[in-house]
Amino acid sequence: MENLILYGVVAILLAFSTQKDKAKTRKALMKGLKALEGILPEFLIVVMIVAVVLAVFDPPTIARLIGSGSSWTGILIASLVGAITLIPGFVAFPAAAELLRNGAGVTQIAAFVSSLMMVGVVTLPLEIRYFGKKASVGRNALAFAFSIVAALFVGWMVAR
Amino acid sequence: MKLNGFLKKYRATLVVAVIFVGFLVLSPSKAARAEKSLVDQLKTMLLVMPPIFVLLGLLDVWVPRETLIRYMGKGSGLKGTALGIVLGAVAAGPLYGAFPVAAVLMDKGASFMNVLVFIGAWSTLKIPMFLFEIQSLGARFAVARFLIDVPGIFLIAFILSKVLTAGDIERIYAASHNAK
Repeated sequence: MENLILYGVVAILLAFSTQKDKAKTRKALMKGLKALEGILPEFLIVVMIVAVVLAVFDPPTIARLIGSGSSWTGILIASLVGAITLIPGFVAFPAAAELLRNGAGVTQIAAFVSSLMMVGVVTLPLEIRYFGKKASVGRNALAFAFSIVAALFVGWMVAR
Repeated sequence: MKLNGFLKKYRATLVVAVIFVGFLVLSPSKAARAEKSLVDQLKTMLLVMPPIFVLLGLLDVWVPRETLIRYMGKGSGLKGTALGIVLGAVAAGPLYGAFPVAAVLMDKGASFMNVLVFIGAWSTLKIPMFLFEIQSLGARFAVARFLIDVPGIFLIAFILSKVLTAGDIERIYAASHNAK
């Protein structure tokens, strides 16, 4: 169902774009293809690593570490991992879904996803170059705290 | 030449692939689970990635950056802030891609609050990502996260712009002019 919506929306937009400007649409498709090809090596690496991690950590182990019963420790582990790792969303979402299917808790996965997207420890040096130390460290600290709040909210909403 | 480029780009991937195969051989009891997970993930990828990347390409081509920048200056008020959200939300790419764009925005006179809102939206409100999140983690999960993230972005931007002094912000603008 959700796939259908996705394909439908993109098909309509693509039809509009083609009708308005064929050359631009071709450029858009090439750009999309290039972006997809660009992310492929990273994607394949993460897919393989996640596969091995899931094979080693069986569902009971995952459930214990970041399962719904892991409570605050699990949320903290998940958001710390999210803050440190640098994985694009296209790679992270399927991995997160796979973790959910294997016993991870919704709140913990939301903490991981939120801090992954908003906090960037690895990219901090880059951020500091543009925003200075104070603003960058401040933004990341606030985003880290907020990602835990967001996770609690998402966990609560999904459980309702 | 072409093969060299391929090897360079996929070097890390090939190393991990060798380790992966090694794992399958050395740990036969866990190999089946690893293989199944790999196949499941690749299937999701094949189904979902193509439309998402078509969308990314369309957004990239049809949303003119220069025009949007003009409307975000100081005194642009709510319109500028809304534009900060929209600009971040239609963006593509990882968060570090936002910093150079933010530098351009600041250099062209976008207000600091608008830039912070833009960074926040880029980090977590990207529309193609949102569609993909719905697809992978479910509508409830994605919509809930979207709902809490919008006030969160404003809160973070507000606190940051209050904590930083006028001098701090001036220095950031000067630095972004040089870093651009």
